[in-house]
Amino acid sequence: MNTQTEMKEPINSQPEEKPLLKLKNVSKSFPGVKALDGVELDVRAGEVHALLGENGAGKSTLMKILAGIYQPDGGEVILEDQLVHMSSPLEAREHGVLLIHQELSLVPDMTVAENVFLGNIPRFANIFVNNRHLNERCGEILTRLNCKFKPTEKLGNLSIANQQMVEIARALVFQPKVVVFDEPTASLTDYEKVVLFGVIRELKESGTAIVYISHRMDEIFELSDRISVLRDGTYQGTFYTRQTNEDEVTQRMIGRDLDADIEHQPPELGAKALQVSGLGIEGLYSDISFDVHAGEVVGFYGLVGAGRTEIMETIFGLRKPDSGSVQINGQNLAINSPSDAIDHGLGLVPESRKEQGLVLGMSCKDNTTLANISEFTKLGWIDTSAERKVFEEYMDKLRIKCPGWEYSTLNLSGGNQQKVVIGKWLSTSPKILILDEPTRGIDVGSKSEIHHLIRELAKTGLAVIVVSSEMPEVLTVSDRIIAMYDGRITRCFDRGEVTEDTLIRAITGQTER
Amino acid sequence: MNRIIYLIKRQPIWIFVFVCIVFFSFSSPYFFDIRNFSNILVQASTIGLIALGMTFVMINGNIDLSVGATLALAASLAVGLQPQLGIIGAVSVGLLSGILIGALNGIIAWKTGVDAFIVTLGAMIGVRGLVFIYTEEQAFYAYDLAYANFGASSLFGIPVLALIFVFLTIIAHLVLKYTIHGRNVFAVGGNRVAAKEAGIRVGPHMLLNFILIGFLAALSGILLSTQMGASTPNLGRNYELWTITAVVLGGTRLTGGFGSIIGTLGGVLAIAILRNGMNLLQVPSFYVLIILGSILILVLFLDKRFAEPQGVGA
Repeated sequence: MNTQTEMKEPINSQPEEKPLLKLKNVSKSFPGVKALDGVELDVRAGEVHALLGENGAGKSTLMKILAGIYQPDGGEVILEDQLVHMSSPLEAREHGVLLIHQELSLVPDMTVAENVFLGNIPRFANIFVNNRHLNERCGEILTRLNCKFKPTEKLGNLSIANQQMVEIARALVFQPKVVVFDEPTASLTDYEKVVLFGVIRELKESGTAIVYISHRMDEIFELSDRISVLRDGTYQGTFYTRQTNEDEVTQRMIGRDLDADIEHQPPELGAKALQVSGLGIEGLYSDISFDVHAGEVVGFYGLVGAGRTEIMETIFGLRKPDSGSVQINGQNLAINSPSDAIDHGLGLVPESRKEQGLVLGMSCKDNTTLANISEFTKLGWIDTSAERKVFEEYMDKLRIKCPGWEYSTLNLSGGNQQKVVIGKWLSTSPKILILDEPTRGIDVGSKSEIHHLIRELAKTGLAVIVVSSEMPEVLTVSDRIIAMYDGRITRCFDRGEVTEDTLIRAITGQTER
Repeated sequence: MNRIIYLIKRQPIWIFVFVCIVFFSFSSPYFFDIRNFSNILVQASTIGLIALGMTFVMINGNIDLSVGATLALAASLAVGLQPQLGIIGAVSVGLLSGILIGALNGIIAWKTGVDAFIVTLGAMIGVRGLVFIYTEEQAFYAYDLAYANFGASSLFGIPVLALIFVFLTIIAHLVLKYTIHGRNVFAVGGNRVAAKEAGIRVGPHMLLNFILIGFLAALSGILLSTQMGASTPNLGRNYELWTITAVVLGGTRLTGGFGSIIGTLGGVLAIAILRNGMNLLQVPSFYVLIILGSILILVLFLDKRFAEPQGVGA
């Protein structure tokens, strides 16, 4: 394979491809952390430039510098041959650099058009909102993006994918020169991704420079022209996408080889741990029946909105079913609240760790014992040293990287945050563990660790359910895969019989069985 | 040393308390004196007791605006019912009224889901009305001198009221830091959804906090009335605002999930020391208000500056 120096050379030796935006030797420190150290980047008009790196590698910091949210401690930002200082997002916008956030920053109660023009509303007589103009201009942008919803629709009524489109529309208002996408597909399904990629390609062809951040290798190789890699805040080189491969950039990114593919032995099945029969909630899902044995991993695959999360929330006592029953270890149980569920040996690692999984302001230790704090008490008083012991046990077991038990989970990377959430549930010694999108927004290294962990947990006799929108993930971890479409189970695959094609058909409603 | 810097960063109000003590010690010969310090503690105890409860309520992500009115009702009952029930009976009814109002606030906020701000705003207006109906707009005097004597009494040379305040502050600190209830108060205030999904029952914790603050507000009112040997229907006006000021000065966030009793104690003392010291220097009390207002904003500014950097890298 090519070495790094060989890869870099063509870039420097092609002066005719002038960079639109160039970062030279950029550094940025936070108290106790050097987030960026001498980073280089050049982005050309009409290219998709992917930025790769594990969580904590400094991608987001770099993007925030581009977008004027942070100011670099050292180095230069050069836009169209001019040294620029962007001291606020507003200034960056005036320079034509726009960031599309990983987390949506929209106002759910306002209309699509109002969101698109937020802070920039067309007016007449200087103080009144020009509604007609607002909706017309928004309509034009939505047409360009192939969106089917109306400018007057309330934003909160749109799907996440469509809200993402609104976020993009918002950037287009300013006719940007550089658009930065930060993990845009984190909450999109495979199908919605295709639509987004179409939009990105269209932008690229119209001469916009695109900086694209993602953890997902397949996307980067599908979409990008060049790839720059960051590791621990340092620059690891730029590669032409066509001249490199996944292994090479992965190695650059993590500085080591990823563990080999997970071995799959047929699981040693224990007793039926969970049996769900005829479960249904009107308008969400219906007639859901399946079972999970101790020692196996069952994957739930489907599009966002297929009802998977809602089923898991029902089993966990967060929703009330209209029909059907849930049996745990052969017993019919009424689970009316999460505390009932926990008492019966269930654990749920939720879809969004920041909103549902963690109390971010609390320490790693406090989060670990959140669900079973009463087990760490003597006469009603908390036994802090027992708590610490348990956290340190899981810190070792799950390889949580964190400076200490009193450290706030706020400052951990996504992968480590997720491990704290998993540790929280493991410390309750569950019999059945449900993981909803366990690796969303997590870097490749931690992702593979979590996949291994899931397999190991099953081996110790846990019944595991993994809900995921990523096909490789479902295929990697599951012993059986249940495919869902539109609130129903369409098919149930054993590990041996599943193919990507049949799986796609099952989750898009093309085969009904 | 690092630990001291850490504490100062987390508790900027204690720097202010310290600076105040040094300043007033040099500028007034009467300030640095055990008797005066006891005095300050007694003066601080009224707002202080309520602030202990408010710390729990606010960390939990709620607020209680009804404390001033609750204080007036409890004081009026404890003094007004003495001829019929005797001191102990009347004081018990007064304390019970606080517990009941707190329980009512908590249950309404829990079961209806109406924001605690609104529920207790309603209670603040309604309970004050109740006080005026009960007292017929009259002040009550405690004819049994034992009542007022209690308010002026001392143990080991320290006023009993100050001792009660210090004792309850220690208890509150321990409960907040080392019990399940305390821990879950932080969890619910920090992230209600995550707490709920971890099996924590949000409602009962909230209810308990409102009962606690109701009780403390009533106790505070009764102790205040022992100081004066009387109660008036206008007692405790604006005390909810002073209490919230003290708690916020102590670093507890209005949004919940963050705060401490030690910080609250700092906030309470800051207000009391400033009032006492300015009084000794014969500065008109209106100036104290201006300074307190400015300090409130300054402390929150410092809090924001020193807050940990959020979401580095990623």
